[in-house]
Amino acid sequence: MDKYVCTVCGYIYDPEQGDPETGIEPGVKFKDLPGDWVCPICGASKEDFEKED
Amino acid sequence: MKPVEIAKGIYNVGVIDWNIRDFHGYSTHLGTTYNAYLIVDEKVALVDTVKKEFSDHLIHNIARVIDPKKIDLVVSNHTELDHSGGLPRVMHRIGEDKPLYVSKMGKKNHARHFPQQWNYQPVTSGDVLELGKRSLTFLETRMLHWPDSMFSYCKEDGVLFSSDAFGQHYAGQEMFDDVVGDAIMPHAKKYFANILLLYAPLILKLVDQVVAMGLDIKTICPDHGVIWRKDPMKIIDAYVRWSKQEENRNKAIIIYDTMWHSTEEMADAIAAGVAEAGALARPMKLREWDRSDIMTEVLDAAAVVVGSPTLNNGLFPTVADILTYLKGLKPKNKIGAAFGSYGWSGEAPKLIHDALAEMQFNLIDDPLKIQYVPQEDGLEKSVELGRKIGSAILGKG
Repeated sequence: MDKYVCTVCGYIYDPEQGDPETGIEPGVKFKDLPGDWVCPICGASKEDFEKED
Repeated sequence: MKPVEIAKGIYNVGVIDWNIRDFHGYSTHLGTTYNAYLIVDEKVALVDTVKKEFSDHLIHNIARVIDPKKIDLVVSNHTELDHSGGLPRVMHRIGEDKPLYVSKMGKKNHARHFPQQWNYQPVTSGDVLELGKRSLTFLETRMLHWPDSMFSYCKEDGVLFSSDAFGQHYAGQEMFDDVVGDAIMPHAKKYFANILLLYAPLILKLVDQVVAMGLDIKTICPDHGVIWRKDPMKIIDAYVRWSKQEENRNKAIIIYDTMWHSTEEMADAIAAGVAEAGALARPMKLREWDRSDIMTEVLDAAAVVVGSPTLNNGLFPTVADILTYLKGLKPKNKIGAAFGSYGWSGEAPKLIHDALAEMQFNLIDDPLKIQYVPQEDGLEKSVELGRKIGSAILGKG
């Protein structure tokens, strides 16, 4: 599964980890994250993420 | 302030702002400094500038060391205007085409602050800029505390230019940690609690990264306050300790506001109960204490207890203020409780309780609400809540 990088702060969303702090279980793909999900580090929106090379 | 030589050929040419008391909502009881660093080598480099209104003072300080026109390049570690506000004046004076070294995010963010088309030279972690005998190695420190933040490290002298990290809002002619002594630590703690606490996980990662890079740090030059030259590890160790938030002191901070002293009486009774259980308590009334001083106390408190009267079916405004502030700074591992006096509807204690629950505080009881003026039984309930908080702090709850 693809990882996505926050272009604002460098945080990496790893689907294998999910985002436990906001209740995102491991296994959730980036595209399946809720539309109002934001970067847990800096608060940037999903549009500010890019697929990791 | 006269330029101060930190290592041979490296000067602090920054300025003292003796009179600022409100730094974007953070109380600066002693004022602050905006430090800027001049490195005189085969190439002359200026690291960071000052707040716009001190630009002439900065140019004057530089001129006491070297003709400002001899500056070959500028490094701007952070876009925030207390460090970049002097750029227009500096670049105009030294030549608008001189290279301006910034992080990648710094390039984006400077462009959103200044209309000038400067000669930006974006750098990434590990990039090295040769100055002659010395060099600067850059280390991006994103979100510590802006996306653009970075460190510049001079390995030949072991000097780390750390931007806002390790800074303190402290105005004084004592430029170094060994001159001020331990009296500087509460200012460093306040800075951490109010500016950096929410990024604690990133700080721990950064410290690991710096250790892995094997940087030999002899001197830390932050952009505010004193320079750490005697014992730079002291402030790094403190940052690690504060970031972990595991060694809370046996104290409860009781944050409240009051209209007719009823919520205040409850706060004092809770404090008495905490003391009876053997822990410490400090009631802090919101209209008497600045939020940034309260936050400093919260940093190493085991318990945070919040009280509000119910006003117009809601929170008292100062309580809403501190809850917003607390939530944003993300304190961890706290025991929490909510209380307040009310007249007829009494929404406030539950609103506080829910806000603290959202912050993942360990709430030890239901919100305590008392109608109008607490009588003997109401005060006893408050003392009892304090006892429970005290016992929980001491691990007996």
